[in-house]
Amino acid sequence: MTHATGTKYLKNGMLPHMWCSGCGIGILMGAMVRAFEELEYTNHETVVVTGIGCTGKLDDYLTTNALHVTHGRALPHATGVKAFNPRLKVVVIMGDGDSVTIGGNHLIHAARRNIDVTAIILNNFNYGMTGGQASGTTPEECITSTTSFGNPEREIDICALAEVAGANYVARQTPYHGWELKENIKEALNKKGFSLVEVVSPCPTHFGKNNEMLEAREMLLWLQEKSLPVEKYRKLGVGEKKDYFAVGTLVDRNAPDFNTRYEEIRKRALEL
Amino acid sequence: MKAGVEMKKSQKRHEIILAGTGGQGLVLAGILLGEAAILEGRNVAQTQSYGVASRGGLSLAEVIMDRDEIIFQQVQNPDIILALTQEALDKFRPEAQKGVPILFDTTLAKAEDGASLSGHPFTRIASDLGNTSAVNMLALGALCAATGVVDIQSLARVIEKRFKAKADLSLQALYRGMELVRGA
Amino acid sequence: MGREIKLMQGNQAISEAAIYAGARFYAGYPITPSSEIAEICSRVLPTIGGIFLQMEDEIASIAAVVGASLAGAKAFTATSGPGFSLMQENLGLAVMGEVPCVIVNVQRAGPSTGLATKPSQSDIMQLRWGRHGDQTVIALCPASVRECFELTVKAFNFAEKFRVPVILAPDEIVGHMRESFEVPRAGELEIIDRKKPSCPPDQYLPFEAEVDGIAPLAAYGGDHVFHITSSMHGPNGYANNNPQNASWRVEQLHRKIDLHRDEICLTKTFDTEDMDVLMVTIGATTRSGRAAALEARKRGVKVGVLQLLTLWPFPEKEVAALARDVDTVVVPEMNYSGQIAGEVQRVVGTEKEILRVNRYNGTIITPRDILESILESRSGQSVRAGG
Repeated sequence: MTHATGTKYLKNGMLPHMWCSGCGIGILMGAMVRAFEELEYTNHETVVVTGIGCTGKLDDYLTTNALHVTHGRALPHATGVKAFNPRLKVVVIMGDGDSVTIGGNHLIHAARRNIDVTAIILNNFNYGMTGGQASGTTPEECITSTTSFGNPEREIDICALAEVAGANYVARQTPYHGWELKENIKEALNKKGFSLVEVVSPCPTHFGKNNEMLEAREMLLWLQEKSLPVEKYRKLGVGEKKDYFAVGTLVDRNAPDFNTRYEEIRKRALEL
Repeated sequence: MKAGVEMKKSQKRHEIILAGTGGQGLVLAGILLGEAAILEGRNVAQTQSYGVASRGGLSLAEVIMDRDEIIFQQVQNPDIILALTQEALDKFRPEAQKGVPILFDTTLAKAEDGASLSGHPFTRIASDLGNTSAVNMLALGALCAATGVVDIQSLARVIEKRFKAKADLSLQALYRGMELVRGA
Repeated sequence: MGREIKLMQGNQAISEAAIYAGARFYAGYPITPSSEIAEICSRVLPTIGGIFLQMEDEIASIAAVVGASLAGAKAFTATSGPGFSLMQENLGLAVMGEVPCVIVNVQRAGPSTGLATKPSQSDIMQLRWGRHGDQTVIALCPASVRECFELTVKAFNFAEKFRVPVILAPDEIVGHMRESFEVPRAGELEIIDRKKPSCPPDQYLPFEAEVDGIAPLAAYGGDHVFHITSSMHGPNGYANNNPQNASWRVEQLHRKIDLHRDEICLTKTFDTEDMDVLMVTIGATTRSGRAAALEARKRGVKVGVLQLLTLWPFPEKEVAALARDVDTVVVPEMNYSGQIAGEVQRVVGTEKEILRVNRYNGTIITPRDILESILESRSGQSVRAGG
């Protein structure tokens, strides 16, 4: 059996990419295009929507349809695309700034609306492109270029937020788990309704440097050490849980997606 | 009408103010009046103003009907004013002193005599008919009978068109309002 | 078959005209005095194969409109002051990505929540300059229910033809007034659809303009795969920060409007053949202005009216041509700062005095306000005989 490389979705002449070595986004992009290939996605039926930041550059490397938009607004743009043409496969790539900081309200409502798009979120705990400032996922006490003495605020849990807001599918992985990440992305793409995959990732250039993890390798090992498959994680006691985070499929349910519900309502409107 | 303001249907332009409070259906009354005038081949402009709340506060609906183009859409020289609350009557009493006939509701405003003033207990009669919210139809019937700005049959037609099977109470109120003025 | 005459509200005429023009996607967030447009679309669009989405805010609303447009929809949204402010950033994206769409801004009085929700004509500059960066849009302003219908159809036509967001900006008076109006029959008004690419898919460049200054636009899901980006980009839609490319791109965004300005700049004139005073009006103020002009003529002052249906690009040629031979130019408008008057002044030069009639308290400018200003300004001058 030949393994999917996903290279046919990568634009000739645009590589090498602009991201820092050690960043998890290359692994994210690799997992995504391999998932595309294994699911036999075509360029013309696929639309990748991106926001602003390091993740916002991802569309530059793709041969699929793409829509690169303003900071935090990728989800509502994607909602318009998908709502009008439900046959399209719509994938939204965001960072922690796009998804749960400036654009947090859109994440809540995309999940509530259960629009059939897949959000893949690279969470590296800070704004990498603009110099490592704090974001909504920067853990309490961490050092960033705008929390020099420690972050006084608490971090938001992206997956928990998506779950309570109504997402049909939620998974978390890290770049350490490349194969699992691809599998989770495939599940998310196959899921009808709103699906989300969080990719907890190193930012060695800023976040790691500021928080006593100088090397990308150190950060990856830290991610490996701190992540537990969700089945194991759930068996931990409350006290132990704070030292780990769960990876794998966290939520998997089948509420009808927006377009399905809309067609049901449309039928009612036409019968009146 | 005591004040004797019967207008000739041939008059080219009519300007009407319907004043009261939110929830009395004045805008709807203005729309029906406008639609009736369209049936009679006239141009219509209907505007409104109201407070921030949907209920309560001074609410105004204005209707202009003209055989020619209506250039300025707001009432400047009213031919008749309907006042369904004390606040509305107080606001427009100076117009009555200038000779503009005012038809007002003596249930919600204190009865008073005066040149160009004509009061009827619209709200109480609507209540007696079984629905206070028909006060707008009752007042329309009275206004129509008093002024002849549109034919009562035109109003009946647009009411039937809008409310279909549920038009009965509205029509009853409309004709009751008409009798109120004709009987007076 | 005769046209049907209806008593129709301005906002209703906008909704019906949007659907007449082919709109099949609406996304919006409720705000007075525009909400009737959303309500009507929510009832009608599902029954004609369209999509209505109530979004979480105005930022999301214009975003969804952009997304749907790129998926092939004629898409629009409606809002007012505060919501229009929120839309600016993504409206800039629509300019940059050359995404056809229509935004209705039913103007209300500010600043901020202001005189919610009284009428105003104070967003004139925001229509043109509300977004950061060097860009241009088209903005139209109706004065009657009929014009609400006709200009909404025009707005969609311009958006589709020129690949540009078009803003329809009625004031609250026009949005909420009802008028008797002969509804155009299907097929009676021209409807324009965006130019689709005719080249083989692998040769498609979404930003390579043809001789008319406009590049064809494909739709997501078709054979032509394409990229749209808010970043500076080359003809292929991929990011490109090369200075030469950036110059070409910014010029192209402006050029396509400049090339077609005569088609875009819509105006109407009333009694301008023999005037001594030119009045320049927009929106509901046109109605007061025309009534005042007729009254002024009865008193011997020959006033003509130029109504600007297109606010942006500003109809400079039309204003200049009519202002040349008059001694007074009057500009009534519902704002303090004289947003239209300033543009008129720019066109006629500083030597010519502009008589400004402004009101900014949420109430309409009456014909009497304007008439008195004109008569007062001319009391020093000899009123010509006749008229």
